[in-house]
Amino acid sequence: MTDESPLLSVRGLTKRYGAHLGCLDVGFDLWSGEVLGVVGESGSGKTTVLNCLAGSVEPSGGTALYQQRDGRRVDVLRMAEAARRRMLRADWGIVHQNPRDGLRMSVSAGANVGEPLMALGQRHYGRIRGAALRWLETVEIPVDRVDDLPSTFSGGMQQRLQIARNLVAQPRLVLMDEPTGGLDVSVQARLLDLLRSLVADLGLAAIVVTHDLGVVRLLAHRLLVMRRGEIVEAGLTDQVLDDPHHEYTQLLVASVIHP
Amino acid sequence: MTVTAPPALEILGVEKTFVLHAQGGARLPVLSGVTLAVHGGDCVVLADPSGAGKSTLLRAAYGNYKPQAGRILVRHGDNVVDIVSAPARHVLEARRRTLGYVSQFLRVIPRIPVLDVVAEPLRAMGLPKGIARDRARLVLTRLHIPERLWGLSPVTFSGGEQQRVNVARVFVADYPILLLDEPTASLDAESRALVVELIREARAAGAAILATVHDTAVRAEISTRTVMLEDLAA
Repeated sequence: MTDESPLLSVRGLTKRYGAHLGCLDVGFDLWSGEVLGVVGESGSGKTTVLNCLAGSVEPSGGTALYQQRDGRRVDVLRMAEAARRRMLRADWGIVHQNPRDGLRMSVSAGANVGEPLMALGQRHYGRIRGAALRWLETVEIPVDRVDDLPSTFSGGMQQRLQIARNLVAQPRLVLMDEPTGGLDVSVQARLLDLLRSLVADLGLAAIVVTHDLGVVRLLAHRLLVMRRGEIVEAGLTDQVLDDPHHEYTQLLVASVIHP
Repeated sequence: MTVTAPPALEILGVEKTFVLHAQGGARLPVLSGVTLAVHGGDCVVLADPSGAGKSTLLRAAYGNYKPQAGRILVRHGDNVVDIVSAPARHVLEARRRTLGYVSQFLRVIPRIPVLDVVAEPLRAMGLPKGIARDRARLVLTRLHIPERLWGLSPVTFSGGEQQRVNVARVFVADYPILLLDEPTASLDAESRALVVELIREARAAGAAILATVHDTAVRAEISTRTVMLEDLAA
């Protein structure tokens, strides 16, 4: 049984925007090889949680202990900016809902995938290009598109390119905000399949924020349900969806056409 | 002196009531004090009529439903996991290695071909893709799912084909505990016989099986013991 300490331990995470509450006393643990889904309607605070962890929003309180590769634990909410940037680059991936927020639109697809490796100090052009080509194949983008700009790609291809850019440096934790949002259903299925096999094969941990219960059912091992900034229910994904206990979760599940 | 092995699956005083908040907090009591032990080599069939809570008990044993009280002890390797109270990831680990569950529904990512759907549980156990697929081919062949379908997603299959895929993805692995919810429903006589044969083999190999089966002929062929939920209250 896997009883090693969690990769990430979040406790008491709180964000207030003046009088408005972003999230309140959010706590959870995440282990390697595990996908945690966070669901709730717009305004439930799920994206605020992700943004606090990613460092794009400054939390009002709480801790998020992250176990580094050397085994030491750091509170990512209180890291010095330079150290945080270094850690994000080397260890974390962030997949944005809109691929344009996660890609550099002015450089080629190959450069988008190669850049993270260069940022980590790799200099051998052939190897970087080789890695870029392999990743394009992994995310099912034709390799003959390697020199094209992402702006010439479809939305689904851009999203897959963003995933390749995030995974090429072999992160240990990936944060995803509505990764299948705005995509055709057929493309969603393909992306889900891809994400699931990547998580399983690479043993990474992921947090997936979405309002789509179908997506979390197929992707997430465990689920947090948020309402008005707080976690109202947590557990095994299929248990929470098939036997919801909280009033709000029951409403959420009952509102879906194909849960 | 005979030594009795501890049961592979032990259900102790399980209580399950559904509370429907949208309907004024209506309470639907389903399971009350259910107590039952299933040993390796046993196939216990729940024989109650529809609506008695048979599926609810199977789902609770798989961790899909959360009882209000009681324990469901699953012998998992050298450990015993209480499915009711264990942390989610321990339940997942027990599912990965120990608990096989044939439900009445097939839920898969739409584009994944049958061969990989069936191989997936073995992949999750850490088997290489090639070996996992070889074993998937064997069980698909045994269940007479034609090879021309192996490359297709099962979402478009008929009810009977989907049901056989459901059975295949459980029997592809040698789970020590099997939870079978109407495994032969919507199958024709020929397919039913194939599934019965798989169940009997698993039983003979020492699996502990808890099942619901309406078909009395199938019931007679697979069960070592038939029980009624209402008789299981401790």
